[in-house]
Amino acid sequence: MKNGIPSTSKTWFPVSVRLRSRLTQKVSEAGILSGMGLITILSVLLTLIIIIVLGYEASLFFQQDGVSVREFLTGVEWNPLLGSEKHFGIWPLVCGTLLVAFIALLIAVPAGLLTAVFLSEYANPRVRAIIKPALEVLAGIPTVVYGFLALTVFTPGFKMISENVGSYNALSAGVAVGILILPIITSLSEDALRAVPNNLREGALGLGATPAETSFKVILPAALSGIISSILLAAARAIGETMVVALAAGNTPKLTLNVGEEIQTMTGFMVQMALGDVSNYGVEYLSMYAVAFMLFIITLGFTLMGALIRKRFREEYQ
Amino acid sequence: MSKKKSHMPEILSDPEKHAAATRPEKQRNRNNRIFRGFCVGAAFSSVGMLVLLILTLLGLGVGELTKTFLSNPPDPDPAQAGFFPAIMGSIWLLVLVPLLALPAGVATAIMLEEFTPRKPVLKRIHSLLQLNITNLAGVPSVVYGIIGLTIFVSMFGFAGKSGESMVEWGIRSFDQFYSETDQVLLVPVDGPHAPEAVLTEGLEALTTSGEKVRIHVIGEDAPWPEDEELSLRTLRDYDTPGRVHDRSWYYFRVPFGRGILTGALTLMLVILPVIIIATQEALRAVPYSLREAGWGLGLSRWQTVWRVVFPSALPTVMTGTILAISRAIGEAAPLLMIAGIVFITNPPGNIMDDFTAMPLQIYNWAQRPQQEFHDLAASGIVVLLTILLCFNAIAIIIRNRSNKALS
Amino acid sequence: MNGLKKNSEKGAMPNAIEIENFNAWYGSFQALKNINIGMEKQQVTSFIGPSGCGKSTLLRWINRINETVPTARTEGAIRVNDSNVLDRTVDPVALRRRVGMVFQKPNPFPKSIYENVAFGVRLHMKVSRAEVDEIVEWSLRKASIWDEVKDRLKSSALSLSGGQQQRLCIARALALAPEVLLMDEPCSALDPIATTKIEDLIHTLRERYTVVIVTHNMQQATRVSDYTAYMYLGELIEFGETEQLFTAPKDQRTEDYITGKFG
Repeated sequence: MKNGIPSTSKTWFPVSVRLRSRLTQKVSEAGILSGMGLITILSVLLTLIIIIVLGYEASLFFQQDGVSVREFLTGVEWNPLLGSEKHFGIWPLVCGTLLVAFIALLIAVPAGLLTAVFLSEYANPRVRAIIKPALEVLAGIPTVVYGFLALTVFTPGFKMISENVGSYNALSAGVAVGILILPIITSLSEDALRAVPNNLREGALGLGATPAETSFKVILPAALSGIISSILLAAARAIGETMVVALAAGNTPKLTLNVGEEIQTMTGFMVQMALGDVSNYGVEYLSMYAVAFMLFIITLGFTLMGALIRKRFREEYQ
Repeated sequence: MSKKKSHMPEILSDPEKHAAATRPEKQRNRNNRIFRGFCVGAAFSSVGMLVLLILTLLGLGVGELTKTFLSNPPDPDPAQAGFFPAIMGSIWLLVLVPLLALPAGVATAIMLEEFTPRKPVLKRIHSLLQLNITNLAGVPSVVYGIIGLTIFVSMFGFAGKSGESMVEWGIRSFDQFYSETDQVLLVPVDGPHAPEAVLTEGLEALTTSGEKVRIHVIGEDAPWPEDEELSLRTLRDYDTPGRVHDRSWYYFRVPFGRGILTGALTLMLVILPVIIIATQEALRAVPYSLREAGWGLGLSRWQTVWRVVFPSALPTVMTGTILAISRAIGEAAPLLMIAGIVFITNPPGNIMDDFTAMPLQIYNWAQRPQQEFHDLAASGIVVLLTILLCFNAIAIIIRNRSNKALS
Repeated sequence: MNGLKKNSEKGAMPNAIEIENFNAWYGSFQALKNINIGMEKQQVTSFIGPSGCGKSTLLRWINRINETVPTARTEGAIRVNDSNVLDRTVDPVALRRRVGMVFQKPNPFPKSIYENVAFGVRLHMKVSRAEVDEIVEWSLRKASIWDEVKDRLKSSALSLSGGQQQRLCIARALALAPEVLLMDEPCSALDPIATTKIEDLIHTLRERYTVVIVTHNMQQATRVSDYTAYMYLGELIEFGETEQLFTAPKDQRTEDYITGKFG
């Protein structure tokens, strides 16, 4: 042995080791990986199941007497339960849904964006450490709680302000949904704002722009696609929100823009059907699937658009 | 280059003109302060809102938060009504949902994040899978509810209507006879739908205390035996039984019906994409150099992922998972679709038992018109929020600890 | 190249920037220790030194861009044309119009070439379209990029090459007619040809502007600057005429650095 370097390869390693069998390892890893691959396929299967189940049951609905796809997509009257003649025109439900979502966005978009700008452009770490967790908690509050608040706090409040507000109304539900989606807009928009490289911020400040001018003229335009995607995702959430509208918006499908009136949303109708004592194979029950299919398509559209815009935005800044 | 253009524009070079054209900084700074004020206002109003919401709920709900409330079952009389079965239902879900969702979610996330393919075709499939997960996360939970209703409750209706079961395990069925002395005798039968037991002399039966006896059958007009022991196991030949079932804790049936397993499976669908996305983000945050270190030590891809990457992502995975589970615990819409509003007085005894959960019970009380029930709902909300806030706090503590460990 | 230097004699001009007893911290870490230095008008002064010596921090305090770093604070004075920029009453918005800055990495806004130059002009001044056009053309000419972009002023600034982007950023700063131009390693992200163009540009700029440049490239300092300051571990070790500092340094540490013993 010279300079501590062992002379023969047999003795240089201080302990004798038995290597684990490569083969066993390879086989077991292949097993694990294929098992995990199968589980991954499960997620695709789930999407297929959603489409097949909703599509199949909706097709059963459209085969019923007195139901047509055309009426469903263009009709402005929805009364599956009452009256001698049942009507299945989805527009009143879509209108109710969009009305609630619109009120929600009207509150959540400005408030959420301003909060996001504050967090990314103005707030120091200590203030961030207060506001971020508060928003997280706000996001973690169950929707049934917002529904309860809409029904028992917001509605009596609005009733005091105006006589035209009913016990069930679109306004309270919309406001509650707005608070509910606010953290989504804030956190996704803040991500987008923070993804804008800091050197653009410095570039604008270095030219003597005020922080407000920097935000409006450089940062917000640069983060625009990320912000739009956050709004789309929040809109999808507002459209699919169920418990708030089930509690506070009412059960009367109506084509109206009057926010004080009782309305019904797509999700509200689904809950009404699932709770009601209707026959499992009756036309009303099947109409629930058609509505669910419609809801799925609409939210899918919003999420898909939001996700694609978001992906493009991420690629821009990587 | 024209001479004129190479000279500085007058508006820049002439101090007077320059000064005249300059926008006053005072005004620009004031605009900045106004905008800043709006931002601060919006940000703090969200905090204010949270505080206000919580105070309102406490104000409404604390009054009813009594021992009766926590230990009683729901009751038509608001003064007697309690939250116990709902709490137990939520605890069942709390155990079952992660058991179902966590392995599948983590496996999918590892597959998608750590085994990204290089071939263009597979890459395309991979990005479609990714988009699929994003979309699943955006599907409204009520839609998952309707899917659960269709595939778990009734199994598409192929396996019989929702009330009946096709296959059952862990259930013992009996024909229950009442003797003239009000003694109950249970005759075991083959299954829930077996034909009625035929009374024969010496047929084996159980008493309510579980004692095995042989039935003594007498005719319509025969005198009742005097012997006490014999009297206890005597029935008349025209006595007709009622069917009763004894379900053990491992009772299982297909289709699943509106039981707690269905609830857990449906909630699993709701939070699966959430867990996948959270786990992926946690894995993405692990530095690439750590993976290279693993490969450099001669570890295979899988060993690197399982022994190096995943352990260092674990705190973040746990944070994400806890938040996902608290979402499941607060979720009402899918449960409403599958379980409906049912009057449940007992906590579930097996995974097929009918159940109620905290958010469901809160909805049940909130949708009634009477103020007393609204107060009960508020109390329920206080209990639910307390539990969820604990979850949130645990998640934040884990995250902060791991942040410190990394920095 | 040196022929350009003759328009202003060294030592003939008053100081544009005076830094007195200046200390700077990030949290509890002191990045700059008691800096005293004066920079002459219409001269190019460069700061050299190993990374982490504080040269960028010093530069970034001259127009107070460093105050956007939450933990940063200072003591002492930095006077630009006799007003202390660190004074609370000095408006950073007005200051940064007078003291322009070019950053290490080219950072054009994701807008058109034209809009990039017009951006600062419109912020600071009420100007007609024709005046903006005039200023944009003049600035782009001044930054010697006009001929390359005059036919595509409306296309995105991000379509330019790295060197062109950096010259665009210089044009963007010139459009505000600043008194001082700060350059934070303006060529470190560029290839040699683009670097030469920027260096030539710096030469022409000193006809009108006071230029302060931070560089880690000693050859660049000798090529472009009239004065050079050597900094090490937050201290100003030596400051003098470029030729003197590189040929006959007074301090042993400076000599070690320029002869490549470390750094």
